[in-house]
Amino acid sequence: MGRAAKIARRTFLIGSATIAGGVAFGAYMVSRDPENPLANDLAEGEATFNPWVIIDSEKVTLITPHGDKGQGVVSSQAALIAEELDIEFGQFETSFGEPSPAYWNTAMAEEGVPFKATDEGFTAETMRTVMGSVIKLLGLQGTGGSTSMPDSFVKLREAGATARETLKLAASQKTGLPIDQLKTSNGAVQLPNGSELKYTELAGIAATLDPVKNVPLRDPKAWRLIGKPMERLDIVGKSTGTINYGIDIEVEGMVHASVCVNPRQGGVLNGFDPSAAKTMRGVKDVFEITGGVAVVADNTWRAFNACNAIKYNWGDAPYPAEQADHWKTLTESFSADLLDSTWRNDGDSEAVLASGKIFEAEYRSPYVAHAPLEPLNAIVLVNDNQVEVWTGHQMPRFLQQVVASITGHEQDQVILHNQYMGGSFGHRLEFEHIKQATEIAMKMRGTPVKLTYTREEDFAHDFPRHISMGRGRGKVENGKVIAIDLSLAAPSVISSQMGRLDFTVPGPDSQLAAGAWNNPYKIDNYRMQAYRAPELAPTSSWRSVGAPAAGFFFDSLLDELIHEAGADPMEERIRLMNHDLSRKVLETAAEMSSWGSDLGPNQGRGVAFVESFGVPVAEVVEVTNTDAGIKIDKVYVACDVGTVIDPVNFENLVQGGVVFGLGHAINSEITYSDGKAEQSNYHQHEAMRMYQCPEIIVKGLENGHKIRGIGEPPVPPAAPALANAIFAATGQRLREMPFNKFIEFV
Amino acid sequence: MKLSVNGQTHNVDVEPEMPLLWVLRDELGITGVKYGCGIAQCGACTVHIDGVAVRSCQMRMADLEGEVKTIEGLGTPDALHIVQKAWVDHQVAQCGYCQSGQIMSAASLLDVNDDPSDEEIDAVMSANLCRCGTYPRIRAAVKSAAANLRSA
Repeated sequence: MGRAAKIARRTFLIGSATIAGGVAFGAYMVSRDPENPLANDLAEGEATFNPWVIIDSEKVTLITPHGDKGQGVVSSQAALIAEELDIEFGQFETSFGEPSPAYWNTAMAEEGVPFKATDEGFTAETMRTVMGSVIKLLGLQGTGGSTSMPDSFVKLREAGATARETLKLAASQKTGLPIDQLKTSNGAVQLPNGSELKYTELAGIAATLDPVKNVPLRDPKAWRLIGKPMERLDIVGKSTGTINYGIDIEVEGMVHASVCVNPRQGGVLNGFDPSAAKTMRGVKDVFEITGGVAVVADNTWRAFNACNAIKYNWGDAPYPAEQADHWKTLTESFSADLLDSTWRNDGDSEAVLASGKIFEAEYRSPYVAHAPLEPLNAIVLVNDNQVEVWTGHQMPRFLQQVVASITGHEQDQVILHNQYMGGSFGHRLEFEHIKQATEIAMKMRGTPVKLTYTREEDFAHDFPRHISMGRGRGKVENGKVIAIDLSLAAPSVISSQMGRLDFTVPGPDSQLAAGAWNNPYKIDNYRMQAYRAPELAPTSSWRSVGAPAAGFFFDSLLDELIHEAGADPMEERIRLMNHDLSRKVLETAAEMSSWGSDLGPNQGRGVAFVESFGVPVAEVVEVTNTDAGIKIDKVYVACDVGTVIDPVNFENLVQGGVVFGLGHAINSEITYSDGKAEQSNYHQHEAMRMYQCPEIIVKGLENGHKIRGIGEPPVPPAAPALANAIFAATGQRLREMPFNKFIEFV
Repeated sequence: MKLSVNGQTHNVDVEPEMPLLWVLRDELGITGVKYGCGIAQCGACTVHIDGVAVRSCQMRMADLEGEVKTIEGLGTPDALHIVQKAWVDHQVAQCGYCQSGQIMSAASLLDVNDDPSDEEIDAVMSANLCRCGTYPRIRAAVKSAAANLRSA
């Protein structure tokens, strides 16, 4: 590893602004492409053109390195390749591939620089390029930050185009026909005489050719897949129980393990009494692992039961034991020495808010669990020359490093068989379960060990969304908002998360303030400051990371100020908007919802706008205040991602994001008592069920010139739009989630 | 202990208190049925016992009576059940982990009522949790499946 890569390796840059300190790299290091991992063990007659396409005489395989946790990116990645390769769904297989620097994420730089996504000026774009170079040097392969489509959009179409033109060259050599007489469709080169040569028939010749480079991409008007409804490649498997998730994998000779680790996360194990567990049926072994105890058995349920039969003596939590003290820490963190960054300071809020009638309010956002429905699990098999891992994970290369650091193997000796994931929402960015499975497998070299968490263990070690507190001030004049000043205090989720991988995150954490400073409003006086509270309970990125908290604070504060001004919530947001794409999004939401039209008795309508991951999203929520509580009737969503790959999957993801945002805002939080999370299963952290689910009407605009991801951006506006609607219907302001602490829901 | 799953009889040697879920998954290798919560909160483990939707995580082997059907017995990729067909047509699944249970609950509902009201659909299907939030599509798919059943 070169010096530059070592510098980059030590400090994690995503979501922090350390890049502003300046790291320079030689052009050679950056311009050199990583090796194609598919070329390492090619069989005779097998052709690969780039890291995403491999063809032999039997089949075409498309590599889809971004992990699929439900977003449908196996299909979307394959569609991008297939669009240019002229091959249809059903004519190829897919594989997640092996972890490789070749799959470095070209889009993670967008969130990693301290510039608004709407800022496309020279400095911002330059910093994105520099940050992109760092990520390339790191070979940072990852799925997160709604980057799968931005990362893949150009490079996977190029991969398909390169493969197609090389296959045409092979067909030309085979037939003696000039290339310009050859066409491609249906996974074959079409000859002028009406016959065809399947790509699989051409693999042998293609394998001897240098891939054709610099193939121009097709005009979007010629697309036959992109932008049209697709049948997801996993949809039949997921509708028939025939698709395997990590938890379903069986490896020959496998044993079943479960663990119980100190629920006071990070606390030690003082001692344990395994006597009752050891004599239970099917239990093979019980032993200590880092921070807790592992049970190895012949069946998952028996391993669970044995874990429950052990008596544990846990050490104290390395953070305040009681929830009230977590909040107290935040209230004490609005101090100059903890100022992480002043992210925005337009005008002179200090002066304007020094006198006159000042509006003030305080907001809170709790810890919330990811709780994907498939509990964390991993199979690990340790042998002398290699380690194999079967699990679904978002960070394949880091996973290799984590495993190798425990087993003593080289990183490349760790083989990851990545799997479809039964949800993640950020949970499968974590490595604790991987470390534990590896520790257990080290004790049982040569035997595959499948670790499965109980749901209770999963909740206890969820690494929830961070808590956050906002203090807002503002001023209105002549029916207009003239000043908004939001301060926020929270522990840094990126620091907590990356700290578990021994990375330091110096400098401001842009995710602390995401959703609050970056909204493209032009308000005469607009200040946003983030204070970095000391680390409390360990936390991890939760679908949309900083924006579900900071976006809730900012948009709620803005809504309150608009009400103070006596202005219309939609009209005033549109008036203040200083970004064409975003204004169009608001106007579209207004049109969709017939904003301003009469509602029935006890009904209310609220709007929120939050930009996250480069996607402006406006949501209008309509509620009815019934005798049984608040009922959410309808939600209208307008957003702009530049290009929609699959409109059906897109709508599904937006609806799901709204459900995720609303459900948790209504009823979910993790609280700590005696150092442990008080919520252990879904009955205490339910989020939304079908009876509460409104009708959700979605419109995806395509005015932006950059393609964006839609996995996360629909989440942040849901909570403030609901709170604003409830205010409109009842006059009651909700400034703290979950809302059901303050108002009943149907 | 004897049990019949998807028309096949199996003999298993397990504790009487082992839940059916784990007999299916770990003893018989039938993995379409999922573990989500273990306390009948999420519905991912839903199977049919004599045609009725049951949370298999709460069904002790000692109490099991009747024919068990899992998602694998409902239909296959080549021969989809009418409910599964609706799930594919509406592109319901995101992560898909809950969908086996959702489909088993919907099939059981439609078996006794092929014209459920919106309220009836919500009431029954609310026992199945979907963390991805595919509820709008589940609703639409249940209605399509009901209509197809009625016209079948």
